[in-house]
Amino acid sequence: MGDFFTTYRDPEILEKLAKKIGDYKGRKINIMEVCGTHTMAISRYGIRSLLPESINLISGPGCPVCVTPVFFINAAINLSSRKDTIITTFGDLMRVPGSESNLLQQKALGRDVRVVYSPLDSIKIAKQNKDKNVVFLSVGFETTTPISALTVLNAKDEGLKNFSVLSANKTVPVALEVLAMDEDIGIDGYLYPGHVSAIIGTGIYEELARKHRIPGVVAGFEPLDILNGIIRLSENINQNNIVVENAYQRAVSKEGNPIAVSKMYEVYEPCDSVWRGIGNLPMSGLKIRDEYKEFDAWKVFELEQKVMEEPKGCLCGEILKGKKKPSDCLLFGKACVPESPVGACMVSSEGTCAAYYKYNF
Amino acid sequence: MSDIITLAHGSGGKSSNELIKNVFLKHLSNDYLLSGDDAAVVEVSGRVAYTTDSFVITPIFFNGGDIGKLSVCGTVNDLTAIGAKPLYLSCGFIIEEGFPIKDLEVIVASMAQTAKESGVKIVTGDTKVVQKNAVDKIFINTSGIGIIPNELNVSGARAKAGDKVIITGTIGDHGCSILLEREKLDIISDIKSDCKPLNKMIEKVIERTQDIHVMRDPTRGGVAATLNEIAVQSNVGIKLFEGSIPVKDQVKGVCELLGMDPLYMANEGKMLIIAPESSSKAILEELKKDEAGADSCIIGEITSESAGRLFMKTITGGSRIIDMPVGDQLPRIC
Repeated sequence: MGDFFTTYRDPEILEKLAKKIGDYKGRKINIMEVCGTHTMAISRYGIRSLLPESINLISGPGCPVCVTPVFFINAAINLSSRKDTIITTFGDLMRVPGSESNLLQQKALGRDVRVVYSPLDSIKIAKQNKDKNVVFLSVGFETTTPISALTVLNAKDEGLKNFSVLSANKTVPVALEVLAMDEDIGIDGYLYPGHVSAIIGTGIYEELARKHRIPGVVAGFEPLDILNGIIRLSENINQNNIVVENAYQRAVSKEGNPIAVSKMYEVYEPCDSVWRGIGNLPMSGLKIRDEYKEFDAWKVFELEQKVMEEPKGCLCGEILKGKKKPSDCLLFGKACVPESPVGACMVSSEGTCAAYYKYNF
Repeated sequence: MSDIITLAHGSGGKSSNELIKNVFLKHLSNDYLLSGDDAAVVEVSGRVAYTTDSFVITPIFFNGGDIGKLSVCGTVNDLTAIGAKPLYLSCGFIIEEGFPIKDLEVIVASMAQTAKESGVKIVTGDTKVVQKNAVDKIFINTSGIGIIPNELNVSGARAKAGDKVIITGTIGDHGCSILLEREKLDIISDIKSDCKPLNKMIEKVIERTQDIHVMRDPTRGGVAATLNEIAVQSNVGIKLFEGSIPVKDQVKGVCELLGMDPLYMANEGKMLIIAPESSSKAILEELKKDEAGADSCIIGEITSESAGRLFMKTITGGSRIIDMPVGDQLPRIC
């Protein structure tokens, strides 16, 4: 089989696939790739430059950082200003703009904000700093939420009294449904998120396909995976095959990962959730259950979840829904650049605007 | 002598003299330093290149080197990049009180060893000691002078359409190894910093041909930052070929895991050389004769379109822009 890199990045096979997609002669179609990592991979490998004009690749709201509301960052900044508090976070959140500041700036001002590679590192930090409150900023979809849940379960087992999680986790299926129904966008097919699917399985997509007559392909993140996924999807769309294909079988099964899902729902339960730029999507979010309320930072610190208006001119919402491209936003590349982003889409490593800016602008 | 640095060691009195004698002069001994004068007097003629750099790296001891070795290599390589033969270095130390003297000795010995390896002399220096937490253990500044041969004219503004872009070896080794050591991740790897002086290797290249337009060592910000700077300075486009860029498997693996890009990672023992096609073959031949240049190869070319931009033909055959980095790379969520 060869090693990971050579197999899924084989230049000969890539050349064949690139030619095949370049030769596409079917009708004009809109494919939405939902996952932020797909957005980044597509840009990183220059895949858009290989597609004919008749295949329109739309980036959806699959970037967890991009859809996290401003009030979340404001709450995190608020917590960081307390002398007795250590904030632990994924690197992505450091540069996301709140109303007036961001976590990187707060760190420069001397606040204790630490980047972790795994939420479980926060447990170590909490144990080493019993006199401080440690708050882990948890955002993400079904890929990362099970690990946040595991962190809470660990904290409970260890009897930690100084650890909590500030959650803004969300689930993908509701958003997929809402977008499928939006005629303005006109999605013909879905490129489904490989790693979310590894957790939730593919059954949900089949229902979506039946209900809304939209075919889909579950794809991985190597260039071969993505090209193959687009080719399969465009063929199915043109032949009116309302099917869901799993083209990422090395990681995804129909059942997904029931253990991860059950851990997730042991700690979390569905709730309404605000998606930045999109608005409230019923039952699309996850909140920590009452049994674990001592680990729910929203409750522990009595923090407000107040929805705020987007900054003037910011098109993140329309871009997240795939209705507009970054180049349609008047702020893109001018007032809104990675060094000083106006909206989250520019700063998250998986944000559509960041990907466009870094790789295409 | 005590076993830790105290404020007394920086105050210019007896303790300072003892430190100079027992640590600095023990390893860096030469006529210039032994003279004990306030300044070194050297004689040079020709076009003098002059550079400075400060070193604040943490951790100070890492796989493949230490802050001392780095401080000599950094300045030697900057002089080498402008085409100069490095001759004389200065070094200034700012040390936190409480710093173990045995660690200082290791660092100074390392500087002496690296200076010897590169054939340069450290001719003047200074030491300050500051209170706890005023610096992070030890900061070092080095500056250096060297002479540029008359026939050589390298500058970031001289890249021309048609030139080839050469790298002298694998990229991202230093940045990646430091990241692993600093973050103490549970990733087992033997990636080590590529920190080394490049002057002897480049001197051979220059002896063979002076038809070289640009040289620069891709340190902070990596190849991406360095080539972006050159694209703007020379007002040319720079096109890289992803398939040609040499990256160690281990560096690739770590970067994939963490969501980092080797193009943005620091290198401390590599040189980018931009030269006309006509001299590229000879340059590569000379580079490959040296162990430090064994993996040298052409990774791209200079174009007249997309002036001021760095872009890359990817392994899919598509095209992407490689932008100037904004701050440090941050690890991704998912």
